[in-house]
Amino acid sequence: MREQWYGFKEGSWTTDINVRDFIHQNYTPYEGDDSFLVGPTERTKDLWEKVLKLMETEQEKGIIDAETSKPSTITTFGPGYIDKDKEVIVGFQTDKPLKRGIMPNGGIRVVKNALESYGYVLDKKTEEIYTNNRKTHNDGVFDAYTVAMRKARHSGIITGLPDAYGRGRIIGDYRRVALYGVDLLIQDKEREKRLLERPTLDSPEIRLREEISEQIKSLKELKEMALSYGYNISQPAKNSFEATQWTYFAYLGAIKEQDGAAMSLGRVATFLDIYYERDLKEGSYTENEIQELMDQFVMKLRMVRFLRTPSYNDLFSGDPTWVTEAIGGMGLDGRTLVTKSSYRFLHTLYNLGPAPEPNLTVLWSVSLPKPFKDYCSKVSIDTSSIQYENDEIMRDEYGDDYGIACCVSAMRLGKQMQFFGARANLAKALLYSINGGRDEISGDQIGPLFAPVTSEYLEYDEVMVKFEQTLDWLSELYINTLNVIHYMHDKYNYESLQMALHDINILRTEACGIAGLSVVADAFSAIKYAKVKTIRDESGLVVDYEIEGDYPAFGNNDNRVDQLAIEIVEKFMNKLRKVKTYRDAKHTLSILTITSNVVYGKKTGSTPDGRKKGEPFAPGANPMHGRDKSGAIASMASVAKLPYKHAEDGISYTFSIVPKALGKDYEDRISNLTSLLDGYFYDSGHHINVNVFDRETLMDAMEHPEKYPQLTIRVSGYAVNFVKLSREQQLDVINRTFHER
Amino acid sequence: MEVIGRIHSLESFGTVDGPGIRFVVFMQGCVLRCQFCHNPDTWDPAKGEEYTVEQLMDEIRKYKSYMEFSGGGVTFTGGEPLMQAEFILEVVKRCKQEGISVALDTSGFIWNNYVQEVLKYTDIVLLDIKSYDPLVYKTVTGVSLAPTLKLLEYLREENIETWVRIIIVPNLMDDLESIRELSNYLDDFTNVSKIELLGFHKMGEYKWKELGMEYQLYDTPEPTKELMNKVKEILKTNGKNVVVS
Repeated sequence: MREQWYGFKEGSWTTDINVRDFIHQNYTPYEGDDSFLVGPTERTKDLWEKVLKLMETEQEKGIIDAETSKPSTITTFGPGYIDKDKEVIVGFQTDKPLKRGIMPNGGIRVVKNALESYGYVLDKKTEEIYTNNRKTHNDGVFDAYTVAMRKARHSGIITGLPDAYGRGRIIGDYRRVALYGVDLLIQDKEREKRLLERPTLDSPEIRLREEISEQIKSLKELKEMALSYGYNISQPAKNSFEATQWTYFAYLGAIKEQDGAAMSLGRVATFLDIYYERDLKEGSYTENEIQELMDQFVMKLRMVRFLRTPSYNDLFSGDPTWVTEAIGGMGLDGRTLVTKSSYRFLHTLYNLGPAPEPNLTVLWSVSLPKPFKDYCSKVSIDTSSIQYENDEIMRDEYGDDYGIACCVSAMRLGKQMQFFGARANLAKALLYSINGGRDEISGDQIGPLFAPVTSEYLEYDEVMVKFEQTLDWLSELYINTLNVIHYMHDKYNYESLQMALHDINILRTEACGIAGLSVVADAFSAIKYAKVKTIRDESGLVVDYEIEGDYPAFGNNDNRVDQLAIEIVEKFMNKLRKVKTYRDAKHTLSILTITSNVVYGKKTGSTPDGRKKGEPFAPGANPMHGRDKSGAIASMASVAKLPYKHAEDGISYTFSIVPKALGKDYEDRISNLTSLLDGYFYDSGHHINVNVFDRETLMDAMEHPEKYPQLTIRVSGYAVNFVKLSREQQLDVINRTFHER
Repeated sequence: MEVIGRIHSLESFGTVDGPGIRFVVFMQGCVLRCQFCHNPDTWDPAKGEEYTVEQLMDEIRKYKSYMEFSGGGVTFTGGEPLMQAEFILEVVKRCKQEGISVALDTSGFIWNNYVQEVLKYTDIVLLDIKSYDPLVYKTVTGVSLAPTLKLLEYLREENIETWVRIIIVPNLMDDLESIRELSNYLDDFTNVSKIELLGFHKMGEYKWKELGMEYQLYDTPEPTKELMNKVKEILKTNGKNVVVS
């Protein structure tokens, strides 16, 4: 046993890299209530005041500062502080708080545009190097894209692809740095590399040997970076402070090196709790000091920043970083994984006020301790800042040490990563089916040329057959596009530090996605149960639809249409499964749009469900706005029916309710929300964002943003500051179904 | 012949009509004509959508998990649900067989053999006494108060848990003396476990307009917090659990 591990129970974790075993040998489940929690220390309050001021300036200017010449690596920048004396947990991505670094390995043009949009100019030399001497991921992708891929990308039937920026959705097991220290991790990587000294080396092994070398290099850089702050992290953390700081350093290294779309944290609360409990017991720390560590750690996570272009912000509004932390859940042995630190983490929403980041995700199980469930409900009602995911169905698949990347993507920590695949616009695919592969807006032939629908009224069977043909084409094109992207990303923008915090043999998933599911389900329902008349332009292109009669809409717990939604998911998934993936990644699918439902809607013509050209889709797996008329639970129940086994990358549902509808008084609201979550997850719902507020509050925030700097709302899969949304997105949120009775 | 129910609407997430999370069945048709009614669209017994017992049970069953986790169940309201007591009887029998808790939100105006049978399968009655003053009651509802009080006595005999609902309408139903009398009267009813004090609101006003009917309480204000608290204090004097909503 290492000396830093005093007081811990031994297990396989002492001889192998195995954080899960360490947790299960040593953690203390907590079934009590929140009465032990304490407020912020004076230092924390002062520091947070300063951060809020910085954020205010940032909100006014767009960004506070940006680097224009030195590309960000783990060691590019020396130490940075806000107020050194008051900072308990230290470390920023650049040399100044909130200053944005540049990461041109993803693509130099994006960096240049982003800088220019905020009034900064990219250093000529840097631009030259990344244009002439150092190839980027973006260049690689466009060298290999086929004509069909470019067309599909341009028309928007496949969008949001990580072909010009970091793919993200990889979670390093940052806890390893705290538990083992960096030296031991390096030794282990060297051992693994030696095992790859095989008689015949072919490209997979050669690539892996190169990758491991990169990983070792980045681990060495991580030590160097920590040293610049005065900490030697080559050895394991020996106390609560070091465990928190080491874990944060590991994460910090990752966000200095990569600006992936989602840079999630993993599942650290219960891990850290083991140190906290040990130190509290021996009296070397007080509850106030522990909460201070937590508050200050979270404060740093709230300050993660990446340089993004305005078009990126159109897609993913509010400058999200998806620092997702998974909290709670149950262990495989039946003990709850809730600890006091699960509470402490959530409690930062009171000590520092509500905030969109870190993206706090409660892993819900009916078996969670009742006081914890009620505490979560209370936090939701007070702050609308947390999301919930179904621990029961994910534990089956991923064991009890998984984290959530981005919004809803579960992965075993240190054992799994994903190839992020954004999403295919199925509503557009449906329109291509009707128009023989022509785009309904440009009129261009994007899909394969096949016979369009020529009848005045749509026939269900005919449209379905054509839709399947379109999906056959789309799924091949989609997977091949992702193969190109991830081949190039591995080659030109490899996540060496994050992957250094993984095992050598990992599961990769090919994470595809769907946008517009409820539009397509409702469209087929309309075709089947009402009459849908086509309206054509002079060229014969169907550009609009008229619906005669009523049809059952998704979101009313009506099997006639819910079944259609289920079938569409299963069909598309099975078609994707037929196509070979890069590095033999396992096919998965998400039903998640983030806030891009607005942009996708803009780029999609009128659809046979009655949605007009340019109108937003519903977010994620949500029913279309205003069509779920049978109350909150009916809406949730429709979503809960969607098959997780065919959408293992997650099914996102956003739920907004006015406080009054949740119950007569505060206590009732808490217990009703807890029951609502129990029922939803018991019925196999995968994910839910919970917003509890009045429509009036949002209207007021639109008019008087200065009154609501911290107003946080959950949109699909993550949270945003409401005042940072574009007006269009604000209206979309306000127009969304609010459950009011 | 199979009995058919006429239903105004269904609500999957009721939190204000009985304990826990309720699946709320709004039955079509009412005999009362309350001036403050916020669901006048439920009055006409010929409207609504037809359901068989099995069709309604299919809907109710979908929400069993939520009912179980919250200690909730199904609530029949309306309209006056007991206008269709024959239909409701068949449904509540099935609910009991399947372990679903039943609440009945009624004015208590209707009494017959079916009603008596329905009560055997009812776990909790939400009895809308509205006002304890017979004259006022008659004026604002168009019918007599006596049957309601008689039902309350029957509920006591059968020891059926009851929540009494009272509505406060300023200038119309806010006489504190009558509230005091009601409080004393309810003191003898051990089956009454809660008194719910509902404040008049105008959220149903638009429905009156849609139906082309004249809304008489156009100028009536919503009750003040002070008034509601005053009434609450009076009702609490006899130790009952009083909730303002």
